[in-house]
Amino acid sequence: MSATATPAAFAARSGGARQLAGTGTLLMFNLRRDRVMIPVWVAVTALLVLSLPGSLESVYSTPAERAEIARQLLTNSSLRATYGPVFSDSIGGLTAWRIGGYAAILAGVMSLLVVVRHTRDEEESGRQELISSAMVGRRAPLTAALLTALVANAALALLITGGLAGRGASGALALGLGVAGVGTAFATLTAIVAQFTESARLAKGLTGGLLGAAFVLRAAGDSATDDGSSALTWISPIGWLENLRPFADERWWVLGLFVAATALQGWLAYELAGRRDVGMSFVPTRPGPATGRLGTAGALAWRLQRGAVLGWSVGFFAAGVAFGGLTKGAADLVGDNAKTRQIIERMGGQSSIEDAFLATMVGMFGMVAALYVVSSVLRLHAEETSQRAEPILANAVGRLRWAGSHLVIAFGGAVLILLLSGLGLALGYGQELGPVVGASLVQVPAVWVLGGLAVLLYGLSPRLAVGAWGVAGFALLVGWIGPALDVPQAVLDLSPFGHLPKVPGGEMSWTPVLVLTGVAVGLVSAGLAGVRRRDVTA
Amino acid sequence: MTKASPAVEVSALHKSFGKTHALDGLDLTVETGEVHGFLGPNGAGKSTAIRVLLGLLRADSGTARILGRDPWADAVEAHRRIAYVPGDVTLWRNLSGGEVIDLYGRLRGGGLDSRRRAELIDRFELDPTKKGRTYSKGNRQKVALVAAFASDVDLLILDEPTSGLDPLMEEVFQRCVAEERDRGRTVLLSSHILSEVEELCDRVSIIRAGRTVESGSLADLRHLTRTSITAELAGAPNGLARLPGVHDLDVSGNRVQLQVDTDKLDAVLRSLTASGVRSLRSTPPTLEELFLRHYQDETPSAPAGTVAR
Repeated sequence: MSATATPAAFAARSGGARQLAGTGTLLMFNLRRDRVMIPVWVAVTALLVLSLPGSLESVYSTPAERAEIARQLLTNSSLRATYGPVFSDSIGGLTAWRIGGYAAILAGVMSLLVVVRHTRDEEESGRQELISSAMVGRRAPLTAALLTALVANAALALLITGGLAGRGASGALALGLGVAGVGTAFATLTAIVAQFTESARLAKGLTGGLLGAAFVLRAAGDSATDDGSSALTWISPIGWLENLRPFADERWWVLGLFVAATALQGWLAYELAGRRDVGMSFVPTRPGPATGRLGTAGALAWRLQRGAVLGWSVGFFAAGVAFGGLTKGAADLVGDNAKTRQIIERMGGQSSIEDAFLATMVGMFGMVAALYVVSSVLRLHAEETSQRAEPILANAVGRLRWAGSHLVIAFGGAVLILLLSGLGLALGYGQELGPVVGASLVQVPAVWVLGGLAVLLYGLSPRLAVGAWGVAGFALLVGWIGPALDVPQAVLDLSPFGHLPKVPGGEMSWTPVLVLTGVAVGLVSAGLAGVRRRDVTA
Repeated sequence: MTKASPAVEVSALHKSFGKTHALDGLDLTVETGEVHGFLGPNGAGKSTAIRVLLGLLRADSGTARILGRDPWADAVEAHRRIAYVPGDVTLWRNLSGGEVIDLYGRLRGGGLDSRRRAELIDRFELDPTKKGRTYSKGNRQKVALVAAFASDVDLLILDEPTSGLDPLMEEVFQRCVAEERDRGRTVLLSSHILSEVEELCDRVSIIRAGRTVESGSLADLRHLTRTSITAELAGAPNGLARLPGVHDLDVSGNRVQLQVDTDKLDAVLRSLTASGVRSLRSTPPTLEELFLRHYQDETPSAPAGTVAR
């Protein structure tokens, strides 16, 4: 009967306000689940930004020095690509220049992790079904996830604005809102990506790739122009932050771009989410073969990790080529400023500026490769806690064989991606193939030490395993900003990367390389001994 | 019957997780060639025991042998002759069911009998080309079941293997287990489905709070339970209350209702016939009663009402 069918159809289409039922409860629940992750992430990002003015002041103490360095920075295309153009030689302006883009990336990564964790992760694990069976509206889970990301980004904006207000209130507000704007824009972008994959891991990888692309677009645009006016820069949300020009006659209307992008992407995500089934995606899983060829634990491990290895390989090679191409320009700069030279030297060693720049880049790749090795080692943890390891180990597969097959991929993969980054750098630079590739491989022992630490933590107890992220993050932070912050050498020495010879250019010394390799072997052995001894968790 | 060494031999097994004593002196013997039911309420320690037997957990004390080997030190060799089906099968999202079945077969060392594999896939009506989470709960169980039944092993360890299977598939499962038994294989079956246990198991062990409370054939166990009797007598009953093993006696006139320990039945019947029996209804203990009695906390008297449901 059409009389009854019409209202029913209408109700099904519109859904009304009940679509958001339960959002508040879910938001509180999300915040409770993230009560450690979000505060830590926000605090570290904010500290990164807030620690900068002080150290900039100590390095460039007079306005004249700052004006000079700003002029130089602006004329150097490589540095523009790395950090963006300088719009103001005030302390606030230099802070925004030096760290704004990177804080925005951290905000973006935080948002993508939060959104995937509360949307696709929940669906993939099947927990969403239980939640959605309660008095929870169709759009409530996505809304709550986006609000969670919004809360986190708002907290970050508040801290940055408050902490930098002394350097200029409106600049501080612009930087805080801009960083948070990049964060929220990536939150809703993640929400779209999460509609297309059934796997949370893939959703994170794809959005991470988009984040990297946003950085590369901005870098490419800024290497071509010195005022952020390139179309490439304007495509990238990270470029918007730059063009907001915090501490340099803020262009407030740029904030509208963040609002528009966040709203538009959010709307799209809602439209998509409303058109699919819970747990499903727009890219349906294709059927697989009825019989399989996998026959060993090693083949299984490779099958599970090959996608990640491929992604990292492509990313490292491409980034290598890009940074290699920037090397020549880096040489024009620095010259006279002793303090800057000292920073570069502490990061990359002495000798020619090209070599110092290359050594810095090689070191960066090493530290990022540590993230790969940790994520790859922790695949063991994921397999165990998802109870997929149990039936494997109930077959005639020894624990060492099982763990070892993943570790070969983790530790061998680290060598592979570093090799590719070295090749890329040398290709982009156009010379020094041997030294640059060699220098990239010198990073391997330090990466292995962090991987070994992950194995040890996992071997001791799966509960400790995620601590490996903290250790890798610490090493990355120390290596990334330590040299610029006049951090005591003792702290820099805590990171295995601090002990490596600064090559190319610097003196090659084998002792730290061999010692670190030995340490890595020791850590892995101890970790594997733990894996052999302890209970497999249910 | 020549007595081969038991397939599984566990004695005084202890395992604690922090303050929880998951296993508290467990004993378990599974003879070679039998289907052994492994029963107990949730949280009794069944899965912990199975995980110790698979060498996934290391026991704190006590001894365990599986196919004559130490389950911890000799895990890999023992596993060549063991197939395991967990109660909750998790699959990899990017691997098809068929790939997982073959993977398990190869990881066990021997590979699978391809004809048996095809036959089992057919009988369980499994689509082996689907991947990971596109399988329903029951279908994920089927993947593990096909891999287990198609492999050439001596011992099958099945931990609530039929959770999520529909009744038709439950029947297929029961036939498969019966076939395994006919081939002389040993099966350790942890289950809450009583009809399954009654149909398949030669012997059962019931555990509670990490300890074995009862072990034996079902017939043996039935003797340990109570039969309920309702009788109409010619005269007043005499001295029933004094007989050992009588519980919940209810006399109204010539009508008697009581429960009696099954091994004390004889004396009660004598006493009843002495008063002259007009009608008699005796309800043997159902399996449900048997288990409920063992599952519930140690209570001296049997549940008052009739439990048959």
